[in-house]
Amino acid sequence: MAQEYRVLLEYADKINPEKASDYIKVGGYKGLEKARSMNPKDLIEEVKKSGLRGRGGAGFNAGMKWSFVPQYPETKYVVCNLDEGEPGTYKDRIICQKNAQALLEGMAICGYAIGSKQGYIYCRGEYPFVVELLKNAIGNAKESGALGEFDIEVRMGAGAYVCGEETALIESIEGHRGEPRFKPPFPGVEGLWRMPTVVNNVETFACLPYILTNGAEWFAGIGAKSYPGTKVLTLTGDIENATYFEVPTDYLLRDVIYELGGGVKGGKKLKAVQVGGTSGAFIPPQNLDTPIDFDSMSAIGAALGSGAVFVMDETRDIVDIVNRIAKFFEHESCGQCTPCREGTFRCKEIMEKINNGRGSLQDIENLKLLARVMMKASLCGLGQAAPIPITSTLTHFEYEYLRKLV
Amino acid sequence: MDIKLTIDGKEVVVPQGTMLIDACRQAGADIPTFCFDPDLKLAGSCRMCVVQPKGWRNLVASCVTPAQNGMVIETESPDVIEARKVVLELMLARHKLTCHTCEKDGECNLQDYCYRYGVTESRFVGKVHSLFKDDSNPFIERDYDKCVMCTRCVRACDEITGARAINVMDRGHHAKIATSFDGELADSPCVFCGQCIMVCPVGALSSKIAAGKGKPAQNEKVLTTCTYCGTGCTLELNVKNDKVVGVTSNRDPEWSPVNRGALCVKGRFGWDFINSPERLTTPLIKENGEFREASWDEALNLAAQKIKGIKEGYGPDSLAMFSSARITNEENYLAQKLMRAAIGSNNVDHCARL
Repeated sequence: MAQEYRVLLEYADKINPEKASDYIKVGGYKGLEKARSMNPKDLIEEVKKSGLRGRGGAGFNAGMKWSFVPQYPETKYVVCNLDEGEPGTYKDRIICQKNAQALLEGMAICGYAIGSKQGYIYCRGEYPFVVELLKNAIGNAKESGALGEFDIEVRMGAGAYVCGEETALIESIEGHRGEPRFKPPFPGVEGLWRMPTVVNNVETFACLPYILTNGAEWFAGIGAKSYPGTKVLTLTGDIENATYFEVPTDYLLRDVIYELGGGVKGGKKLKAVQVGGTSGAFIPPQNLDTPIDFDSMSAIGAALGSGAVFVMDETRDIVDIVNRIAKFFEHESCGQCTPCREGTFRCKEIMEKINNGRGSLQDIENLKLLARVMMKASLCGLGQAAPIPITSTLTHFEYEYLRKLV
Repeated sequence: MDIKLTIDGKEVVVPQGTMLIDACRQAGADIPTFCFDPDLKLAGSCRMCVVQPKGWRNLVASCVTPAQNGMVIETESPDVIEARKVVLELMLARHKLTCHTCEKDGECNLQDYCYRYGVTESRFVGKVHSLFKDDSNPFIERDYDKCVMCTRCVRACDEITGARAINVMDRGHHAKIATSFDGELADSPCVFCGQCIMVCPVGALSSKIAAGKGKPAQNEKVLTTCTYCGTGCTLELNVKNDKVVGVTSNRDPEWSPVNRGALCVKGRFGWDFINSPERLTTPLIKENGEFREASWDEALNLAAQKIKGIKEGYGPDSLAMFSSARITNEENYLAQKLMRAAIGSNNVDHCARL
């Protein structure tokens, strides 16, 4: 039977996440010590060699991202994305609550690699208790001397989903409207206060101490080759064990649901599973034998994203669920670019019309056209991904739409 | 360093750092835009200028995408045309279509692009929320039911005028241009320069003073220099039936080197006195407490004679010259010379304000 494999969460509930001394007792801050004994260039190479890819959703090679940061400017920043606004996702909160020191250590490792002395953690506005926890954890780590010269400040969001997009997050830290910037320039070159900045997800940072302590080869050998390591998944919806798990990345989606998840709630049949949060594709039961890693999920037209796994049983109304999702994106669009600002609103209108039994085949055609243009022409990932639940359900569950038409 | 790329089958060479929009225009492509303005910071948000780089998954906004060596660009591929049409339809779905009475009729980007792409109506018409702002100021009409949210007004207010009176408020489809707390312009740092009207690509912002007097697109434009002060701003007097019916900006740096189209409240809105019947058209001389009309010669002779009399009776320092910023540097020079050389006094001052 497939098992959990805990790296980041090995000592969950066995140590106090606020206390550096607890963390040090179980091997913590050894990775930072090792990193600091290396040349920053070699350190970046080591991270590249580990194959660590971003855990926030985009799956970009972490070491590669760091290598884009120019050496010459004196001021650079390390920013941790703890905005975690993807519905059904709470793995970053869990990592903070169980192992906050690993996040701090990971940020300090990144800081050493790119030559930055200042880190920021951008915490989701709905997590005030995590802000408290992190502030205490940072205070304790500073006191113990574990972080050395590296400072970390916690900044709080105000509830906007789009601020999980790295450049909107940067704008928000700077005190502006949470609107994504166009890229290039990428944050690695021009980020926070226009200085070179590395933005990584909580989980990405938290992997680093273990990569440094146990070696890049060790990490590269875990799970899927092209997306190695472990992934923390959060299960929600019609599932027996609606909780979190840490698994190697070659773990099958079927095992996530039927082994760790204990199967669909009440022994019902599975209708669909949405992976990666609200902008993820709906995956039909015939695709369950897919490993959860980034590339395998992409190959079936889905995305690992944040690692949220939302299970829907046979009684669920797909069109109604997608209608709710459309409402979510209409609410969360920042309003900057035309395809997303107007498109999310019209998607919601058309979905409502279809869901209320007033839609026609022409509405479905209009929806498809709108989705295509939003995905191709929107400024940021929000507008590009917002139609995915619509397009993936029109592919796999078209009959659910058709039976609601006039 | 120069880079080479292919645009619509034509090879072009541009310096490194050139944005695709400029490279495309160099290749002769006509790229439609709403948010792009060469005098303002880039926004990349209207997505009208999207083009198709070969081998890329998504379209790119050409105004914010640097040209890369070896790129192969199509500016009117089926995907590009589809995206532009949908963008137009989405704008149209919430646009107050009163083109027949719109001040911008005939020089409106939305109108022109809909014509170009054959967009007669929108498939996406649904709920309409009115965002019209009833603002009691005498100068600027704010009809946000025609706004396309390009934010050029916001950037012009910040970057050209420095007033920062307006910004974007609320989110998504409900986002709109507003002053702080969504108030009236008069209660904001607005200086009523009308640079926002100058950059608006549609009819959302227009002049209340010129409203109904003649559509700018149909008016004769007479390039001239503003007479309000010595700065020498270039402006276009809008003329219809031999009457001045408005002022618009000429933004061409060659024609408008001093101000590049930027004006102040007086230059843009202070022209409606020109045809006023109350305007003085001839000098007046006061006799027995009453004004009577006089010729320039008579009036100037009388003034000279009186000034001479005062100088002889009380000395040159009993006179002073108070000149104006409304005249040019050259005229101010002549004014002080008259005072010093002809009258013999250093009593020269200047209003130092408009």
